[in-house]
Amino acid sequence: MDTSEDIVQQPSPDLVRGSETARPVKAARLSPSFISWLQAGPMMLVFLAFFLIPLVFVVIVSFWDYNEYQLLPTFSGRGYTDTFEGCIAQLPDLCTIGRTYVKTLKLCIMVWAITLFIGFWVAYFLAFHVKSKTWQMGLSLLCTIPFWTSNVIRMIAWIPLLGRNGLVNSGLVKSGLINQPLEWLLFSEFSVVLALVHLFTFFMVVPIFNSMVRIDKSLIEAAYDAGATGFQTLVNVIIPLAKPGIVIGSIFVITIVMGDFITIGVMGGQQIASAGKIIETRVNALQFPAAAANAVILLIITFLIITMMSRIVDIKKEL
Amino acid sequence: MKEGRPRSFYVLAIFFAAYTLFLYGPMIAIYVLSFQGPQGGLTFPMNGVSTFWLQKLFQGTGIVDLGAAFRRSLLLGVIVMVVTVVLSVAAGMAFRRKFKAQSILFYSAIASLIVPSIITSLGISLEFRIIDDLIKAHWNENFETSMGLLTSGLGAHLTWTLPFGLLIMFAIFNRFDPRLEEAARDLGATPWQAFRHVVLPIILPSVIGIGLFGFTLSWDELARSSQAIGAVNTLPLDLQGLTTTVTNPDIYALGTIISAVSFAVITLALGTIHMLNKRQAAKGSDAGKGLV
Repeated sequence: MDTSEDIVQQPSPDLVRGSETARPVKAARLSPSFISWLQAGPMMLVFLAFFLIPLVFVVIVSFWDYNEYQLLPTFSGRGYTDTFEGCIAQLPDLCTIGRTYVKTLKLCIMVWAITLFIGFWVAYFLAFHVKSKTWQMGLSLLCTIPFWTSNVIRMIAWIPLLGRNGLVNSGLVKSGLINQPLEWLLFSEFSVVLALVHLFTFFMVVPIFNSMVRIDKSLIEAAYDAGATGFQTLVNVIIPLAKPGIVIGSIFVITIVMGDFITIGVMGGQQIASAGKIIETRVNALQFPAAAANAVILLIITFLIITMMSRIVDIKKEL
Repeated sequence: MKEGRPRSFYVLAIFFAAYTLFLYGPMIAIYVLSFQGPQGGLTFPMNGVSTFWLQKLFQGTGIVDLGAAFRRSLLLGVIVMVVTVVLSVAAGMAFRRKFKAQSILFYSAIASLIVPSIITSLGISLEFRIIDDLIKAHWNENFETSMGLLTSGLGAHLTWTLPFGLLIMFAIFNRFDPRLEEAARDLGATPWQAFRHVVLPIILPSVIGIGLFGFTLSWDELARSSQAIGAVNTLPLDLQGLTTTVTNPDIYALGTIISAVSFAVITLALGTIHMLNKRQAAKGSDAGKGLV
């Protein structure tokens, strides 16, 4: 037992080399590639059964026909023609689907810009200003814990603050700044953006922080020694090196907001349309091919956005 | 002599504090409001302090059968947690050497993470509908549905938790010293012994982290469950349903209960991780000891 611990602590080069020649003989019973299949196979099967095949079905069903109450497995482009109904006739005005996508993209850009700003500075503070590892760990945990709690609860948590008689309104009325409660605080685009930022800034903080802690501190010192100002160091050293994290965080936030229907539903008082909400509405009306067609459109647009962004950075290298 | 902190430190410290307040403030508000007096409404000020709304919830006089939803969510959460831990650790081990289909699995996991949940959820529901139709057409006309909490629901949750599990495993093995395992094998350990007595004790704190993600993400999951859970509801789905109809604080009481479970699990997991880390620091790793 004692000798084994010594070896663990001080592996000699001979031993490591020896292991490489000895292993094939020992593991001859099961080939390494078979073991890999056993280890990775179950997860692959789950993704196959509950992710890849369902995606194929979404594409197939989007080309099926339907009536009021059931799917008709015959080829039809009705899912798509229904979706784009009136789009050519109404030109140059946007049709419903066009308007919805413009609106969703607008929400997306707003939420992206705000989460990027907040996420960048929170990560910057944690990575460069918090020196002790314990504090860094503790404060990162503080940012992570809400992610482990319910999104719906974090949405309804805004009701007592933003509602007609909520804290913000009553405070403003009491202070004499306004005469009547503000109506646009809750169940509005404002509350949707607020809730999305509240829920998903986490997805920005983590990857940016990861990129930042990997930056060699001596590079920053070198920049200062060479006479760079704080701002120049930020723009020319830190931001380029944190770019992978920024891109990964952006991909997360953008894809989440593009497909979101719950936050937009709850915080928008079920009144605001979005790309994800159309799919939900179609499903609730049992118009599955139309829902699937919308899902395919959303998938293509999301995929285009991700391809554009991953041009900037090789995701696989960063993880 | 210690250098003073730059001014940017104080600016960013205030920014960080404001962000933390923004994160936690609203949550704390509803925990407080769930202790409203019986006459209290949805907003401040508090109209007395009581446990009226929490008790009402437990008496089951509320709007939905919360007890059943609670048990369903708990069951699903525990199963998702176990499956996520086992499959992630296994797949993580596979990624330590090259194998075919490696990049297919990697990109499936990443895609599963970022493809909008509503699409995955719709796809699973279509898949199960088509399976149902096939069974009805060919085998059993009276067949109801194969969709359910532990079939389509479990699968939907796994598409969300497994990518996190796999990414955590990557992070673990990025800083894992493979010489420890090689040493064990040189001493005659079988691959399983080397895993059980050397690798597992070292990675155990992070494995508990995977379990934490598995349970909490499932416990609160909504978007993927929405189309794929079948006839029954999980707790978050019931809660979402209440947001459009309820006008008194029992929705906050329910939120508080759900959060209490989350916080209990978070505390338990973080406590265990802390304890394991302390033990590892004090006693060194268990590597080698189990080989006797």
